Amino acid sequence: MTVELIAGAIKAILMILIGLHLAIFLLYFERKGSALIHDRIGSNRASITGFGKRFGLPNLGIINTLVADPLKLFTKEDFIPDGADKFLHTLAPFLALFPVMITFVIIPFGDTISIAGHKFDLQATNLNAGALYLLATLGLGVYGVAIAGWASNNRWSLLGGIRATAQMISYELAMGLAIVSVIMTFGTLNLQEIVRGQGGVWFGFLPRWGIFVQPLAFILLLTAGAAESKRVPFDLPESESELILGYFTEYSGGKQAVFMLTDLAEQALIAMLLTTFFLGGWQFPWLMRDGFHFPGGSFLAVPALAVSILGIIAFLVKVLALCIFLGMVRWTLPRFRYDQLMRLGWKGLVPLGILNVLITAFVIVGTGSTH
Amino acid sequence: MPPFLYLFLGALAIVSALGVVVQRNPIHSLLSLISTLLIIAIFFIGEDAVVVGFLQIIVYAGAIMVLFLFVIWLLNLQAEIGPTGHVVLKVFGSLAAAALATELFLFLSAPHLEVKMVREPSGYGSLASLAGKLFNEYLVAFEVTSVLLLAAVVGAVALARRIPDEVELGASDVRAATAMRAADAARRVQG
Amino acid sequence: MIPLTYMMSLSTIIFAIGVAGVIIRRNILVMYMSIELMLNAVNLAFIALGNRLGSMDGQVIAFFVMTVAAAEAAVGLAIIISTFRNRETVHADELTLMRW
Repeated sequence: MTVELIAGAIKAILMILIGLHLAIFLLYFERKGSALIHDRIGSNRASITGFGKRFGLPNLGIINTLVADPLKLFTKEDFIPDGADKFLHTLAPFLALFPVMITFVIIPFGDTISIAGHKFDLQATNLNAGALYLLATLGLGVYGVAIAGWASNNRWSLLGGIRATAQMISYELAMGLAIVSVIMTFGTLNLQEIVRGQGGVWFGFLPRWGIFVQPLAFILLLTAGAAESKRVPFDLPESESELILGYFTEYSGGKQAVFMLTDLAEQALIAMLLTTFFLGGWQFPWLMRDGFHFPGGSFLAVPALAVSILGIIAFLVKVLALCIFLGMVRWTLPRFRYDQLMRLGWKGLVPLGILNVLITAFVIVGTGSTH
Repeated sequence: MPPFLYLFLGALAIVSALGVVVQRNPIHSLLSLISTLLIIAIFFIGEDAVVVGFLQIIVYAGAIMVLFLFVIWLLNLQAEIGPTGHVVLKVFGSLAAAALATELFLFLSAPHLEVKMVREPSGYGSLASLAGKLFNEYLVAFEVTSVLLLAAVVGAVALARRIPDEVELGASDVRAATAMRAADAARRVQG
Repeated sequence: MIPLTYMMSLSTIIFAIGVAGVIIRRNILVMYMSIELMLNAVNLAFIALGNRLGSMDGQVIAFFVMTVAAAEAAVGLAIIISTFRNRETVHADELTLMRW
């Protein structure tokens, strides 16, 4: 019993750390990766006593983005605007960060692993209603934005907050419909079972990933997830080239760092969700519990510990690929206008989502089986 | 759920509920209400009603409270300054609520009402059993509820919209709109 | 397993706080929030009793109460907005048009 408890705590901390590290990687990618895409150099000035230059290495901007910027942010003066609600102004960053952090614990990042005779499931908490927990915490993410906009005593922050709230609750619906079709396909709310159901192959070579069963739901969740986490092309609430920072303009220092972190962590979370539902989670293609079953018919036996570790590596590679993809989309497309955004959400994605659910229902009833 | 957790959460729920009623700023009341709803959802999950508990968070704390928030913004409600209402009313109200609580306590906490625990059927509180009940025994109520939601949507939109001609004629604030509507009604009565 | 009296007493206290809120506060929105408190207290009682009896009926009824509360919130808030547009106040003591 206590072993389970300690293991669960370690896994929860591990998942949150993975989420945070992904967010930090995304922060670095935003400076240097975007520079790569835009054909410019990016940040390359800060260094510690010219360390890299002595060996002739180009400055990769790591010290700049990962050491200097956070140090600057956390040591800035933290002020609360005049006439603003002090309690709410301080509460808002935590309200924004909390739902994102607690969602990381239900993402399965591997199959079971046995250490010293105990079998551990590589998911911090195995909830039987995991997908519902997901929808619940994503719905709670609205309040951080709303309270931040309100508590700033700044009418443009408030407008940004209202628009961000409206955007988030509209696209929450589309996300819910996409998740519902995936749940119907796999017949369970448990995330670990959904990933396990994506093992095996069709026609001898195609892995049974969710994206091949539900391509429309993948596109829906991708779009709605990007809109929910306020990434470009949906980043109207914090359009960096226009409104300084939108709903968190009046925040400086550590609180602004928390908002930035929420943004990036939510992007990592959406990537993890897409991986779990559609790209097979921790399933390495053609890897079963005992070894590799290649499409040609050959078989390569692999020890159990290596199977688990390969699963974790597969998960991380897929999440990273999706994060980079979302980042590339961000640095390529212009942003939507507010009415275009709303029209896309309500008149485009929601009918498509309902259509997808209907088609899935017909197929399930017609073939008489799930998956 | 272990008893100490229950006591802690129960105390927190009572404090949040008091916070809803006592605070002057409507947004603070709203935040207290959201925390009360979240704690009640945790109680639901502790009582093995897992799906209904999560639905409480998704529907109540995630959607209905956002609606309240939008209305508070739209009406631009500020914190209430100064005494509101009569002191007699507050005293009488508190006494009446306390009397109600005492009476309900005596009524509902009597030992003879301690219900024997029937062994739970498997899958209690899961989505499958909830859906089974909804679509078999409560089918009519389910369909009627969907019609009710449609009626509520139509009704809410119809009640809260501005009449187009007021907006066109530049009645941007309430007084002008009222005056315009009064003049319109007077014209209709005479003509 | 928590004794039933604990759950029912918590439900009772929250219900009474809701009643007090409706009587004491004169701001219509806070009165409406107190009504939501009362609905939640009743939901808690339903779920607790359903669990003790091993029947799913309690959860189904709580589900319906939640749905009806959502519909009622939408319409009630629309009425409040409409009233505010006409009277410019949300203080219940000033809405005296139908008083004798």
